[in-house]
Amino acid sequence: MNEITRMSAAELAAAIRTGQTTSVEATTAYLERIAAVDERTGAFLHVSADLALARAKDADERVRSGTAGPLTGVPVAVKDAFVTRGVPTTAGSRFLEGWLPPYESTVTARLADAGLVMLGKTNMDEFAMGSTNENSAYRPAANPWNLQRTPGGSSGGSAAAVGAYEAPLALGTDTGGSIRQPAALSGIVGMKPTYGTSSRYGVIAFSSSLDTPGPFGRTVLDTALLHEAMSGHDPRDATSIDAPVSPVVQAARRGAADGLAGLTVGVVSELLAEGLEDGVRAEFDAALDVLRSLGADVREVSCPHFRHGVSAYYLIAPSEASSNLARFDSVRYGLRVGDDGEHSLEEVMSLTREAGFGPEVKRRIILGTYALSAGYHDEFYAQALRIRTLIARDFAAAFEQVDVLVSPTAPTVAYPLGKANTDPLAIYLLDLTTLPASLAGTPAMSVPVGLADDPLEDGEQRLPVGLQIMAPELRDDRCYLVAAALEAAQDAARGGVFLEGAPAL
Amino acid sequence: MADQKISRADVAHLARLARLEVTSEEIDIFAAQLESILEHVAAIGEVATGDIPPMSHNVPMTNVMRPDAVGASLARDEVLAQAPAVEQDRFRVPRILDEE
Repeated sequence: MNEITRMSAAELAAAIRTGQTTSVEATTAYLERIAAVDERTGAFLHVSADLALARAKDADERVRSGTAGPLTGVPVAVKDAFVTRGVPTTAGSRFLEGWLPPYESTVTARLADAGLVMLGKTNMDEFAMGSTNENSAYRPAANPWNLQRTPGGSSGGSAAAVGAYEAPLALGTDTGGSIRQPAALSGIVGMKPTYGTSSRYGVIAFSSSLDTPGPFGRTVLDTALLHEAMSGHDPRDATSIDAPVSPVVQAARRGAADGLAGLTVGVVSELLAEGLEDGVRAEFDAALDVLRSLGADVREVSCPHFRHGVSAYYLIAPSEASSNLARFDSVRYGLRVGDDGEHSLEEVMSLTREAGFGPEVKRRIILGTYALSAGYHDEFYAQALRIRTLIARDFAAAFEQVDVLVSPTAPTVAYPLGKANTDPLAIYLLDLTTLPASLAGTPAMSVPVGLADDPLEDGEQRLPVGLQIMAPELRDDRCYLVAAALEAAQDAARGGVFLEGAPAL
Repeated sequence: MADQKISRADVAHLARLARLEVTSEEIDIFAAQLESILEHVAAIGEVATGDIPPMSHNVPMTNVMRPDAVGASLARDEVLAQAPAVEQDRFRVPRILDEE
């Protein structure tokens, strides 16, 4: 592997700024890396090499003219849920195969303005529904630590790209945990910012009140740099919060340097629930010891309504999805099936939606249609919204006692591809830990803390475990502070960054 | 709520409402899965009592307005280029009326 692709995004940006390398050189190195390993990782659905090299040239020009920003010239991979003008955008669905958007999402436009170089669009579960990336209509993505395992989902392609050194940074979206869970399973850092602080304009909608674009990186500082570059108020998004961006980069630097003296950390007892693998529990407990050694006061906290998060989520998200996906109606863009003069508009719509959507998407549309239908709306949807209030109150009460809350990000290590349980409820229950922060809109991050033995005992490689850090609304910086302190202590103890422990691809 | 039963007819009706053609096999699968999911979520009825205000969003929702000024819109050619069918510079939609 080229040494450039080994550098962190922060190091690469500095090397480009000081003329040690160029953006064209770095972009070329990453495109070569993608060409060498992507067939095995399945991280990308589309590589936009020509556009990337053109943007890299522009970035180098900016460096020469002295107008470079903190990430100018650094490549980034973009989840295929972000609409990118003139670049294929499918949201992992056959429905949008071949679609070339006539507009650009706010987040990707901001990154382009900041001089980042988009390498291409990454694989994902169809319309961001799923937690293994196996619901992609195109192909599954693989875990860089063990290619027979899932990288997690729905932002699995982005996590695999960063974990396999195919990109230093990536964009994902998190609706119920779709950034945090793949980050944990792939051994990288992933952040769900406070809902409303990163724009949803031009992000193909799944569940509008939950969808949150966010960053992936190999280190906490890299993730903070991308977080800062993508965030900020957007008048085109009615749910965008008009508040200053949380000082996440500063927090990442401070945490790594100063430790955690005076900080209180709450361990949510309800999130140490059944289904938690022994290996995951052991790494989590070891991480708590590190937090204590850094000066944090670690105590147990109860959030009694978190256990109902799964039920609330699986009523709210499909309800919003059934409404959002109504736009895929065969009329203005995307697929059209059965338009032979024999079928009515309604029949063409039904036939098109049957052909264009995969089983997980259909299941959620039908569940959402049920939950919103007359007679059941009050019983299901309205009740779920009340649970959401109770979860938000649990957070508020907990944050009166502690500065941050922690839990394992996922109860298990990455499971084998093709062996995901066919019982959707069992899969849904795996999201217990990530859902509370989604429902309350609060910021949450996953940072790698260790490797666990494989409970299936058929893998040779121990697999990554992530720690979830949750903070109060708009206090995203606290996640970075804690994560950076933990990362610095663990890197010092192991003598290198976490991802270097991954097997070479 | 706990004794909710989802019949095949219910699923077929929901699919029709959602404009989704489903196969007979899919109806069977979805009916069983919906049943198990709804059984699980039934417990929230006991927790979420009527005096708790529902929260649809963590952001206070207000209508966002902009000045009523003419601005740039998407180029017509670019938009129509992505449509499944176009006729005379317009979206061509499938037949709307039945024969009768």
